[in-house]
Amino acid sequence: MTRHEKRNLRVGLIFISPWLAGFILMSLYPLISSAYYSLTDYSVLSKPVYTGLDNYRALMSDELFWQSLWNTFYFAALSIPINLVAAILLAVLLNVDLPGKKIFRTVYFLPSLVPMVCLGVLWQWMLNGQMGLINQMLSPLCDVINAVLGTSVNPPNWLADPAYAKLGLVLASMWGVGNAVVIFLAGLQDVPRSLYEAAEIDGCGFWRKTIHVTLPIISPVIYFNGIMGLIGSFQVFAVPYVMTNGGEGPGRSLLFAATYVFNKGFQAWSMGYACAVALILFVIILVLTLLATYVAERHIYYAGK
Amino acid sequence: MSSKTAQLLQRFCLYVLLLVGAVVFILPFAWMLSTSLKPLNETMTVPPRWLPSHIQWDNYPRAIEEMKMFWRYTGNTVYLCAMTVIGTVLSSALAAYGFSRIEWRGRDKVFVLVLATMMIPFPVVMVPLYTLFRELGWIGSFKPLWVPSFMAGAFNVFLLRQFFLTLPKELSEAAKIDGASEWQIFCQVVLPLAKPALIVVALFQFMATWNDFLGPLIYLTDQSDFTLALGLQAYQSREGGTDWHYLMAASTLVVIPVVVLFFFTQRYFVEGIATTGGKG
Repeated sequence: MTRHEKRNLRVGLIFISPWLAGFILMSLYPLISSAYYSLTDYSVLSKPVYTGLDNYRALMSDELFWQSLWNTFYFAALSIPINLVAAILLAVLLNVDLPGKKIFRTVYFLPSLVPMVCLGVLWQWMLNGQMGLINQMLSPLCDVINAVLGTSVNPPNWLADPAYAKLGLVLASMWGVGNAVVIFLAGLQDVPRSLYEAAEIDGCGFWRKTIHVTLPIISPVIYFNGIMGLIGSFQVFAVPYVMTNGGEGPGRSLLFAATYVFNKGFQAWSMGYACAVALILFVIILVLTLLATYVAERHIYYAGK
Repeated sequence: MSSKTAQLLQRFCLYVLLLVGAVVFILPFAWMLSTSLKPLNETMTVPPRWLPSHIQWDNYPRAIEEMKMFWRYTGNTVYLCAMTVIGTVLSSALAAYGFSRIEWRGRDKVFVLVLATMMIPFPVVMVPLYTLFRELGWIGSFKPLWVPSFMAGAFNVFLLRQFFLTLPKELSEAAKIDGASEWQIFCQVVLPLAKPALIVVALFQFMATWNDFLGPLIYLTDQSDFTLALGLQAYQSREGGTDWHYLMAASTLVVIPVVVLFFFTQRYFVEGIATTGGKG
């Protein structure tokens, strides 16, 4: 290394030192000690006692753990694709030059600013079985259906019904789709006009242009938003926690992996056990992200690459 | 039908679609506001009353009272927002500068680590962090909630680095020829130019602190130290969901500052979010 290189390395490291400190103290150390704690019996009041794989063995036969994983997968499998499709659709619509475009964009974005706790309280009220707005609007619809078809369907009791609770949570999460819409809108600005014009000459309408021109070009953005959705929905915590008043929902239908980590670690103070659950969650997120990346690399279109 | 009318019809349909969607997105806000101004009995009518028979402003002072220490919570939240915004802007700007404006061996490999840390979910590190802060005697104080912000979060470093990379190299070189040190270039050349990006980072951090729930939930023990988010949740779970008019008034009070902030800084918000999805 020349003197100049040495100097640059020294100055560079000084500048990144806040990050370096954070990396060691807030990421590396907790990650390693989390792995260690997961092999111990550890309540915060006493020193951790090494117990090998006992926590993991106990997890295998822990019904609550499996329930929380199932709920997490269920919610993720529902909310990620729904939110992606909704965000793309909205972005495509909001990209059309229509009067009032700016106001529309603001309206669709605004809900994504609502703090999680407010979102939880508000949607607990929206989804209330008797007085909630959703059911007040669904029940006339059900009346019509019943009158025409002679059936007797009723609006669901959302958060009080294990079969519908997660669907209710998905509805609430869809309300905050605006963030992803803004990212997609930015991606849409990168689509060259010439491609649309070429497609128009070939006789493509709005939808065919969207599917054959827009989607391939914004595929890197779809990948990005997909990964963000994945990371976010696998650690969903605040909204269901608030919606259930700090509980687990009817029939434990809103007990998610992150909720279980919190309950085990900070309610039951079985911190070793909580770390084991958290690590499994981490591995799942990691594997799914790598998998998505692997698939994406085969299908993503990168301009100029 | 000529293609011109077809196109017009298509645009009209799009417009209607957008309009219906917009109403759907506004409805929860409208419902929250309307509930927050109703007398209790009117929150429970079937079919719903869209508007209260008379506007009951009194719900707001009552909600503040019901939340117990509303003004304390507000003060705590503002304090934490201020500390974390200062910490994040300072530390992320420094780190981002080191990752973009100085060439040093291994820099881009280390930057991959920055991106990788964004993947670590908070639940995974929360137990060891709690233990660490407990050793330091910080549980039940604000420190676990603001001290880490002085250690440059990955997301903000990423965002600022993107911006710093767009500034021409010649700027630094010219300053260097004039005898400026790296520190002087950082303070006097790069930071002034990066103001819009710094505002974006400050805004995002403000929002993150204002919204944070899990952090305060595990680190704060004393009710008088609660943040607004935690205080609202505590009120809601204590109250158990009957006084919806007060709960909606309280929620509105927590949402309003964020919405107001957004309207004053809309441009930065939208640009900032757009860059997050950009060249990632």
